[in-house]
Amino acid sequence: MRELELYFGPQHLGMVGNFSITLQVEGDRVVKADANPGFLHRGFEKLMEQRSWIKNFPMVCRMNVVEPDSMEMIYAMGVEKLAGIEVPERAQFVRSIYLELARVGSHLFGLWAYANMLGFDTVAQWAMYHRDLVLDLFEELTGGRVYHIYIWPGGVRRDFPAGFEKRMVETLHSIGGCVPDYDDTFFNNSLFRSRASGVGTVTREQALRMGGSGQVLRATGVPFDVRKAEPYAAYSSVPWEVPTREKGDAYSRIWVVRDEMIESVHMIFKLLDSMPGGSVYTRIPNPFKWRIPEGDAYVRCESSRGELGLYLVSDGGDKPYRAHFRTPSYPHGLTVLEHALEGANISDVGNIMISLYVVAPEIDR
Amino acid sequence: MARPSLLKPFRAVRFLFRKPRTLRYPFQLKEPAARYRGFHLNDWDLCTGCGNCADICPNEAIEMVPQPDLIPEPGTKNERPRLDYGRCCFCGLCVDICPPASLRLSRDYFHIHFDPGTFVFTPRDEKTDDSNFVPDEGYSVLKASLSHRKRDYEGFSSDLDYALFDPQRVEMPELPPEERKKSFIEQVLGYSREQAVREAERCLECRLCEEACPAGLRISEYVEAIYRDEPEESLRIILEDNPIPSICGRICMKHCEDACSLRFRGESVAIRWLKRFAADSVRSFRDALEASPGEPTGRRIAVVGAGPSGLSAAYFLRLLGHGVTVFDEREAGGGIIRTGPPRYRLPMESIDRDVDYIASLGVEFRFNTRVGRDIRFADLQNDFDAVFIGTGYTISRSTRVENADRCLLALDFLERNKTGDPVKVTTEVIVIGGGNVAMDVAREALRLQYIQHPGVECSVKTVSLEDWDQMPATEEEIREAREEGIVFNPAWGPDMVLLDGGGGIIGLQCKKVRSVFDGEGRFAPTFYEEQKMVIPGSMIIEAIGQGADLSFIPEELLKDLEYTPRRKVSVDENGMTSIRGIFAGGDIVNVNMDAVTAIRDARTAAEGIDRWLAGR
Repeated sequence: MRELELYFGPQHLGMVGNFSITLQVEGDRVVKADANPGFLHRGFEKLMEQRSWIKNFPMVCRMNVVEPDSMEMIYAMGVEKLAGIEVPERAQFVRSIYLELARVGSHLFGLWAYANMLGFDTVAQWAMYHRDLVLDLFEELTGGRVYHIYIWPGGVRRDFPAGFEKRMVETLHSIGGCVPDYDDTFFNNSLFRSRASGVGTVTREQALRMGGSGQVLRATGVPFDVRKAEPYAAYSSVPWEVPTREKGDAYSRIWVVRDEMIESVHMIFKLLDSMPGGSVYTRIPNPFKWRIPEGDAYVRCESSRGELGLYLVSDGGDKPYRAHFRTPSYPHGLTVLEHALEGANISDVGNIMISLYVVAPEIDR
Repeated sequence: MARPSLLKPFRAVRFLFRKPRTLRYPFQLKEPAARYRGFHLNDWDLCTGCGNCADICPNEAIEMVPQPDLIPEPGTKNERPRLDYGRCCFCGLCVDICPPASLRLSRDYFHIHFDPGTFVFTPRDEKTDDSNFVPDEGYSVLKASLSHRKRDYEGFSSDLDYALFDPQRVEMPELPPEERKKSFIEQVLGYSREQAVREAERCLECRLCEEACPAGLRISEYVEAIYRDEPEESLRIILEDNPIPSICGRICMKHCEDACSLRFRGESVAIRWLKRFAADSVRSFRDALEASPGEPTGRRIAVVGAGPSGLSAAYFLRLLGHGVTVFDEREAGGGIIRTGPPRYRLPMESIDRDVDYIASLGVEFRFNTRVGRDIRFADLQNDFDAVFIGTGYTISRSTRVENADRCLLALDFLERNKTGDPVKVTTEVIVIGGGNVAMDVAREALRLQYIQHPGVECSVKTVSLEDWDQMPATEEEIREAREEGIVFNPAWGPDMVLLDGGGGIIGLQCKKVRSVFDGEGRFAPTFYEEQKMVIPGSMIIEAIGQGADLSFIPEELLKDLEYTPRRKVSVDENGMTSIRGIFAGGDIVNVNMDAVTAIRDARTAAEGIDRWLAGR
């Protein structure tokens, strides 16, 4: 049979984000896939070398539209490690709560994308609505809905407003109350299972070899999570579980996402219960004179899509000498995706891509 | 994982019969959160135009734009921030850096317009902008834009706990009041290197201070050099504009600190103490300053008076290459600075360092030489190409109340304590006056009492016409004097000095002050003549002000000397008086009457002399 070259994106209804895949197809079977990043390259890492330490803070979040918060976190962690800034204990709790809230928001957004891709529009609408409720919480806490610009070196930018904990718990309960509806309509829907089960399978060995992390790795039964492996913020202060699945296919991955959301909400409740008092910010030096001693640091955290790393170098100046991000979508969207698409049906290309949770702006930066 | 089902998903059908979640905009509105980061608000009355917002903006969305209807003053520029909403990312760093908290974000976020020019906007708030901020009854969300905004709709605003500047100054180590009043040891101990770097770090480099400094010192540059731990470089920058850093680092009236943008919600950067640190931490001024005297011009200039203005004039003239000879009746340099400020504020060694540095540049000093007595003024005019007069205010004024001739005068008292035999004080001293000189006198008297009458109960009381809020002494001096135990009697005027049969002082009779100034702000005290009080005391020192002594100028010249309405010697833009070739500066010229203003006068005159000589 004749082989065809087929372009999937960047302008394709099934493509989420400015990204494209060139497919070699034979009939409706994908023989080979080539991921084409680069449509969203904004040069953030280079830009960071020209901006002072504080001016980078409102910018790093823009690398990832879906979950800007872990970007803020990783930058703050890097700067704190280089400059030796101590973060107050309460700020660590606020950070963890805020990041878990962000994880829920991001997973709901991912759920919207995935359900939408498969044609489960009802579920997609629910997820989008519930994400908006989370954004309301962010708006109240930080003043912004999408780009929160909240975690900065030294702690967080403001403490919880009065009554915020209560409203957060109420909102999370109201979203959690809809889990049975989501289960009935989506997760336990046999149509969904037949669309996702056995699709885009990545084995444990392949995931490990190709730098997979997050759901991609946990769906193969590896309970790896940076929050557990190398706890930061307040993640070691409360008990929590790393959800896993065994099969490594799209179905397993989306179930890991579902379980993680529930685990995050439970973690927020536990963190709120054991939250200490005190300050949430250690004053950073005068931003106009702030120089960070020469050195380099690698820090990592668990974003909603996997391991997020930052290699930050200072030459003793008022701006980073080099900043390099290790974003989870990079291996997932390039190597893992290309591999998972081999032999897949054309109609499953979008399905597999979104089940790998690829966020294009993270790949390009 | 439950068993997947084909039928259960249909339970979602019931949502068809529920109320929709979508807001029906614009009939159903959602109130933005209290911390919402929307468009900017700027209180123009609080804003100083310091430009820190523009400096921190990561997107260069803020530009400082001069406002012609605002008048710049020390501590405020006539610039206000202008936003480009095509660039703004609403991060709010501008809010967190704003020292007076004038800049805030509101909860408005609508702006739809065909003209991109409208996105460039100079924000104000409802206090000063009635046209863009409409009252609730006139507000419609359909018209919402930058020029149709809600009143009292503040969102993200400044919080001092999260500010990007440090409102707290590094505390200056000082002797405690109990300790310091026992001796003349310098009260302020000075910053350590580490403390100075920490204090210098607080400076936001907005340069409001530089515009307020009479001598135009490049403050943010020398503070930055201290922050970089380069005190020598700092001193070099200082010496370009100020030849007496050891002196100014101790007794400067610090107009800069009154203009510092951190003053609103915290303490100003300790600029004076940082200058002192720079001067004290450098061993040799000569090595720190790379500049040396300019090419010799062959011109010679006589400087009368070795006080701040005379020293500075000599320095600047010498750097321009002129030969300079300074005449002073005292035995060493410093002028009134040498004999006035007590040792606990300004030790002699600090004065000598500055004077020695100026002398090392080749300035000739002729001390113990009083012009008019030891050398004729006419000789100066004949032998030199120009004459600079910086003789200052050297005569203490007296109250001239009954028996006032029995009192001591402030400057004599201070001079004797500092350079000659200290005055023998009694156990009950009264000081008349409420200015800084009166504070010096009172605090010196207290120390002398401690030394001369150990173990005896003593008292120092001050009497001033002015009430607490009008007292001319600095807050700092008043606070320190009170800490040391000096008793104040504000709003009392001296009526007569009471004597016993033997002519010894037994007290001061005072009358209550009704007002100190008249309706036009002129000094014209009035009293409640019937309200009287007697302050017991055996020694009275008058410290009510000083005057100039220009008697060394011959009669025939003096009659041509013109004065300003405030009885100051009138000078032109070159610092030249109405007499050709005679220049002047310092206390006899300016109304600030402090060292840093004397430096400015001296520089004006030095450059004026240079131009005048070149054009002759």
